[in-house]
Amino acid sequence: MYGYLCFVVSILSFKSENSLFYLERLGEFEAIKGVFTMNTNSILELSAITKKFPGVMALDQVDFKLKKGEVHALVGENGAGKSTLIKIISGVHKKDGGLIKFKGKEVEIKGPKHSRDLGISVIYQEFNLVPYLSIAENIFLGRENTKAGTIINQDSINQQTKKILTDLGIKLDPTTRIADLGVAMQQMVEIAKALSMDSEIIIMDEPTAALGESEIEELFKTINNLKAKGISIIYISHRLKELWQVADRVTVFRDGQYINTHLIEETEKELLIKEMVGRELKEQFPTKSSNLQGEILKVEHISRGNQVKDISFSLQKGEILGFAGLVGSGRTELMRTIFGADKKSAGKIIIAGQEVKINTPRDAIENGIAFITEDRKKQGLVLVRSVKENISLTDINQIMNGLVIEADQEADLADEFIEKLNIKTPDREQEVRFLSGGNQQKVVLAKWLIRETKILIFDEPTRGIDVGAKKEFYSLMNELAASGVGIIMVSSELPEILGMSDRIIVMNQGKIAGELDIDAADQEKILSLATKE
Amino acid sequence: MAIINKLKNSLGKELGALTGLILLGIIMTVASPHFLTLTNLMNILRQSSLIAIAAAGMTFVIITGGIDLSVGSVLSLSSCLTAGMMVSHGWNVWLAVIFGLLAGGVLGIINGVLITRIPLPPFISTLGMMGVARGFAFVYTDGAPIYGLPESFKYLGAGMIGPVPFPAILMVITYLICYFLLNKTKIGRYAYALGGNEEAAILSGINTKYYKTIVYALTGFFAALAGLILAGRLDAATSVAGDGFELDVIAAVVIGGTSLSGGRGRIVGSLIGALIMGVVRNGLNLLLVSSHWQRVILGLIILLAVTVDVVRKQSSEDQEGTLSSFFANLKSN
Repeated sequence: MYGYLCFVVSILSFKSENSLFYLERLGEFEAIKGVFTMNTNSILELSAITKKFPGVMALDQVDFKLKKGEVHALVGENGAGKSTLIKIISGVHKKDGGLIKFKGKEVEIKGPKHSRDLGISVIYQEFNLVPYLSIAENIFLGRENTKAGTIINQDSINQQTKKILTDLGIKLDPTTRIADLGVAMQQMVEIAKALSMDSEIIIMDEPTAALGESEIEELFKTINNLKAKGISIIYISHRLKELWQVADRVTVFRDGQYINTHLIEETEKELLIKEMVGRELKEQFPTKSSNLQGEILKVEHISRGNQVKDISFSLQKGEILGFAGLVGSGRTELMRTIFGADKKSAGKIIIAGQEVKINTPRDAIENGIAFITEDRKKQGLVLVRSVKENISLTDINQIMNGLVIEADQEADLADEFIEKLNIKTPDREQEVRFLSGGNQQKVVLAKWLIRETKILIFDEPTRGIDVGAKKEFYSLMNELAASGVGIIMVSSELPEILGMSDRIIVMNQGKIAGELDIDAADQEKILSLATKE
Repeated sequence: MAIINKLKNSLGKELGALTGLILLGIIMTVASPHFLTLTNLMNILRQSSLIAIAAAGMTFVIITGGIDLSVGSVLSLSSCLTAGMMVSHGWNVWLAVIFGLLAGGVLGIINGVLITRIPLPPFISTLGMMGVARGFAFVYTDGAPIYGLPESFKYLGAGMIGPVPFPAILMVITYLICYFLLNKTKIGRYAYALGGNEEAAILSGINTKYYKTIVYALTGFFAALAGLILAGRLDAATSVAGDGFELDVIAAVVIGGTSLSGGRGRIVGSLIGALIMGVVRNGLNLLLVSSHWQRVILGLIILLAVTVDVVRKQSSEDQEGTLSSFFANLKSN
């Protein structure tokens, strides 16, 4: 009986959209639904997928099943393995182990093109559109209908585009330039592009991150529309709440492992959060005794455009103040504004009781602020120059004698900090790009410590650093705090936030969503503040 | 011992270009009996000095990741202005020379301001300055050469100290000054830093706009010095002087091993690069190769030098390739 049903279902589901629609209606009957879930109804079936990167198990035997015509949400913290999985499905990465079945047949996805040919499209947060080409030209980029080999048949691609747009319920002229469209419409063009390639699976990575509320509603309508056409959607989002509006099922990943899959109506946000963070704090944070010694920094009503909205907080000497929040919640933007790297539109900065004017990074540095940026390669280091030159960069005046940089003094200064911070480098003349991530980060720290620094801002201080180096770095931070420096630490790693901070501020969409004392804080509380809408 | 090591070290870094220069010298000695004579060698020094002096300034600009296309025009305009001051206005030679050099510096500062304040890409703003300065030279001279320069001024281009041409001495002095500026002062250090990673330099509190402007002022200044030497040698300042000069200067810097992507390069390399170009020109003249073919050959040498730079860069990037792509993956997750 079961076998027979499977057979019928499989034939029908390959036959036509109509019969599929019919079957979906049938699917409301429990018995058949069971068959659906277990067998042929999965358009994509991943089992025991494993992917290793040097030093990290990005995916460890994870399973994932996508049904035809469903919206399947994939959730997890940063580093849970969501992106890696997407990259394997879309052919960007090769899996190290496991099995991929597409429409019931085993496939080896060879590359991005192969994945597209199978009918899988990804809509990334950063769109892949050419701004000064029209909608139609973008949709058919690389697949233009041509006359006589090279002349693009403009009418034909415009007509085809028009049809796809109308299908999606969008009233746009196919000849409109992408640059003239808002983010939401650009996203629609990406979706239209996916449809034009006859995609059966569309992967959406944080599709609502850049959208306003009404635009999100439009997007959800479109997604339902796609669903009705039998298109399957993998939906990645940090905004848990919206899953109940758009998703059918949700799968949770944590630390590269598959945790659970729920029907969306049978689960709730608190449960998902618990599954996302479920791990215990590891023994990697050195113990410390905090000794707060009075206010060093006070920030009042700082704003910058849409990214930073009316932020006020204060920082004590000797304190480590953690800033938690989702990627894009405005933490980095806030720090850049405080540091003078971006201009603030409003607000005051008060250091040790005195209001200070900070318009450029130089102003901030002269007032004793240091900023260890999240991307040390792009913003922190001059990679092609030596350890020595990088260290002395922030305060070359202290080794100047008139016009001349004193070579001996500079060498001593570099050696002093190479030793103090235990920077592993053959010598001070080594180009920084040849050091490991942890040692590069120490060079960044050293270049700030050569100055008299009162306030240290760390943005994702241990990103991309191995575990041993992390621990060493944490000890350094604690020592600095103990010596009376006020430390702000932006981190997306919750264990790090909880293990290092004295106090935690959670940001959400450019605002402070809440402040937690370390004794009262736990992962669930932070995540629920960070994802609150 | 330490000094010897240091010397070895810095010579080692110039090895590529230096070997090229020596090899060329040997080839030319074998190919032409007229090459290895004192007169000819001094002649090469005199001929190379113009490009070498302008290349010293250009080295700074290219280290910051920029380019200055206006050096040929700046050379011409400042020499015309200097000549004009002396011939038409009867200025004292010293005063006129200082005026000419400062004019070059000011043109450079204008480049720097356009590049840092508007901001325009260096290629565009110096391309514009190339046209504007050349145009002003034509306007000022009405297209006619300015003759009749004072004897003492001609010494700049034609003077000799013993067997050594005076321009060669100016070249050596220029390189001593630039070596000092690049390796011992903030100007050089910040040029390297902002050429290697401008964002990091800004976030380290460096006034990158100021230092970039200084660097363009330096190229303007040294281009003007080259202009005065040329006018002294020709006994005339003309609005067509130094046409295409910028390409020779950039070529000398690139042959000398300074990376067009910024952050890396050495001043001595540019001197060797200019000498290589001088030896090639001189040698091809001695071998009676037509000036048309000389262009082809110099072009090929430039292509070779840039290819070496690109290949060098690629191989060093490969070393970090796997690591950085790994971090990129981590981040996007």
